[in-house]
Amino acid sequence: MSEPTTKILLAHGSGGQLSHELVERLFLKHFDNPILARLDDAAVLQAGKWASLQVGDLPTCRLADFRLAFTTDSYVVSPIFFPGGDVGKLAVCGTINDLATSGAVPLYLSAGFIIEEGLELADLEQVVVSMATTAQAAGVQIVTGDTKVVDRGKADRLFINTAGIGVVPIGMELGGDQVRPGDAVILSGTIGDHGMTIMSQREGLRFDSPLVSDCAPLHGLVAAMLDALSPPPQSWGGAGGGGRAIHCLRDPTRGGLATTLNEVASKSGVGIEIEERIIPVRDAVRATCELLGFDPLYVANEGKLVAFVAPIAADVVLAAMRAHEYGQEAAIIGRVTAEHAGRVVLHTTLGTRRIVGMLVGEQLPRIC
Amino acid sequence: MCLAIPTLITSVEGTTGKAEIGGVERTISLALTPEAQVGDYVLMHTGFAIGVLDAEEAQETLRLLEELAEFYTDEMNDE
Amino acid sequence: MASDKLETVSAIRNSEMKYIDEFRDPQLARSLLASIQACSKQPARFMEFCGGHTHAIFRHGLRQMLPPTVELRSGPGCPVCVTANADLDRAIALAKLPGVIMTTFGDMLKVPGSHGSLQTAKAEGADVRIVYSALDALQIARDYPERAVIFLGVGFETTAPTVAASILEAEAGGLSNFYVLSLHKLTPPATRAILDAGEVRLAGIIGPGHVTTVIGSEAWEFLPRDYSVPCAVAGFEPLDILQAVAALVRMFEDGQPAVVNAYPRGVRPEGNRTALGIMHRVFEVSEAEWRGLGCVPASGLVLRPEYVRFDASLTFPVDPGPTREHKGCRCGDVLRGTVDPPDCPLFRHVCTPAHPVGPCMVSDEGACAAWYRYGGADV
Repeated sequence: MSEPTTKILLAHGSGGQLSHELVERLFLKHFDNPILARLDDAAVLQAGKWASLQVGDLPTCRLADFRLAFTTDSYVVSPIFFPGGDVGKLAVCGTINDLATSGAVPLYLSAGFIIEEGLELADLEQVVVSMATTAQAAGVQIVTGDTKVVDRGKADRLFINTAGIGVVPIGMELGGDQVRPGDAVILSGTIGDHGMTIMSQREGLRFDSPLVSDCAPLHGLVAAMLDALSPPPQSWGGAGGGGRAIHCLRDPTRGGLATTLNEVASKSGVGIEIEERIIPVRDAVRATCELLGFDPLYVANEGKLVAFVAPIAADVVLAAMRAHEYGQEAAIIGRVTAEHAGRVVLHTTLGTRRIVGMLVGEQLPRIC
Repeated sequence: MCLAIPTLITSVEGTTGKAEIGGVERTISLALTPEAQVGDYVLMHTGFAIGVLDAEEAQETLRLLEELAEFYTDEMNDE
Repeated sequence: MASDKLETVSAIRNSEMKYIDEFRDPQLARSLLASIQACSKQPARFMEFCGGHTHAIFRHGLRQMLPPTVELRSGPGCPVCVTANADLDRAIALAKLPGVIMTTFGDMLKVPGSHGSLQTAKAEGADVRIVYSALDALQIARDYPERAVIFLGVGFETTAPTVAASILEAEAGGLSNFYVLSLHKLTPPATRAILDAGEVRLAGIIGPGHVTTVIGSEAWEFLPRDYSVPCAVAGFEPLDILQAVAALVRMFEDGQPAVVNAYPRGVRPEGNRTALGIMHRVFEVSEAEWRGLGCVPASGLVLRPEYVRFDASLTFPVDPGPTREHKGCRCGDVLRGTVDPPDCPLFRHVCTPAHPVGPCMVSDEGACAAWYRYGGADV
């Protein structure tokens, strides 16, 4: 019998005894659920149970009517541990959020791990525990997965892919092309937290800062927003009920808020105007951006969403967001307009206007 | 060349110190501004203080700008 | 008293970004603009020398606020943009040497040389690392004693003293694996070269604030004296830039060229003597190749003979091959201030931030990148 190892070896990925031990002792132990425990080649998931799903005031789904949302993302962040989270938490939240912004109730995730030979088992376990905790708190199960180990140097410690399945209620028609002039642009909280936290962890850029990643699952926030609209107030005279008052939801991850707004402006053929003064940015994020020459509008977020909401519903949605754990600093940061279609315009604190373009490439620290 | 940010010196130890802005702290070299003291604001450029900010001059500049603003407000009120 | 100052420290800590926010006050900006509008009668073209000013002007939407009589034209003050292809090629060749760790400010990473950039070299296996400070490069040298750590020294007089101080620290610490490739340049000679070329009529120059923190406002006296061109040294907040423009308009309209220090909280007439002393202790002045300006005498900094063991260009002779300039690229003209970016035939059609042909489109400070990103004049 071999001695217990503290590091991941190539053999852990080869499908043999060590692989099985890893699955039993690490993944099964922490991702504890009956579907995964079967360890079949595929997870077979109950569909009928979800046919009676009710979301907001949208009608009960019939089996024939409900739709699946399906998404995937890979997570290669470095360092794998950072203030506010780790690559595992990111992998769970990121995929949940892609489902949530499509209006889906997130249900199941898969998790594929590509591990660099030599990674400490303790580190892998820490990531796995983090994923399990996050998933459980979010009411989502990790039901299938895969592990591969590659030679030292062929992967930066740990890469994770998660795919997610959720159920989309009938009548839910969110989309980047659904946004209309007059819509309120509502941001759920401060921007730039995740990206600047990661940036400040890099060699050569270290600052002692209270920066923390905002990594969080947002499906609860989305549910609260939808619930607040059902039933719609009498005074609205039947307009804007449930999911129909919210035209689009997006999570501004890579490329930041600016990139997301540009994508939507382009897809819907509308202009967007935002107020610099109102956009919430933490002091520490602002300071780090000034020091490195970054613009917070282009910095990644992992626990924020932007909602494009019919004007009649804006205040109600905003109140619901502010009442939720992940929307306490929500603000209406701007409006959609019929002018300058495809362009995003910022009203600066100085009282001037300027165009906010898409991010090209990545922002790099500058001296000039 | 140009990106230098006003930061507050919170401690000094020989030719280095700690500089703070918006709650973010970093070690700063005072090799180019040995006269800098705790409580001074310095311009931080690539981790070095390149100059100590003159608080009185800053106040004076703002005062002049405020006078100008009053002049133009008066002008606009007169119209 | 030290304890008094500590009290002040705690009190100040609660206020937000001091010396930044006050100088972004919209009401004060409006009245400065009103004064500029009232004073400006004749068309005037001012050059903002510094790329940081170009960036700030666009970021705060200042261009459209100015009256039509005032035109701002970008100058060669972007150290990235004015780095000649031959120099960049040398840096890339050094980065590719086995065992070398090339450390650089982020600004330089994506600038295209004759055959690719430092970023493409990195993708091909070169160990290229971004640092915030030359001191971080020193630390890398300490952490990797068996590797040769080369620091790519770009920047003007704001940055050169910091690199000089780092070399002195390397010397004091007995570091034997730290090297600098000095591409540092001096700004007054470049300004002279532009005015001597006489290609662009300038009614005034917005002087680079942080360069002048080091060299002192007296260093710009040659502008009114030798060229009858007024100079207003500006900081980087919107009120600073507007104040400088207001001063230039006044001097232009009155026909009284002089040097105005419009950044007195950060600039003194004599500059920072300590920084200048350290810079001149380590570096000596030489001619330098500027993109757009060609060879400008006494405009570059090279390591003095006493510091030759830190000099990367002498320690690691490399042959980067023939230099290749990109056809049709008008970066040189943009840098000389003779045209605005939209006048370049490649601008936006061929040359974009995603596929830059020249450095002016790559660097955030580059005029072309600023024009592209912020959409030119009117919104």
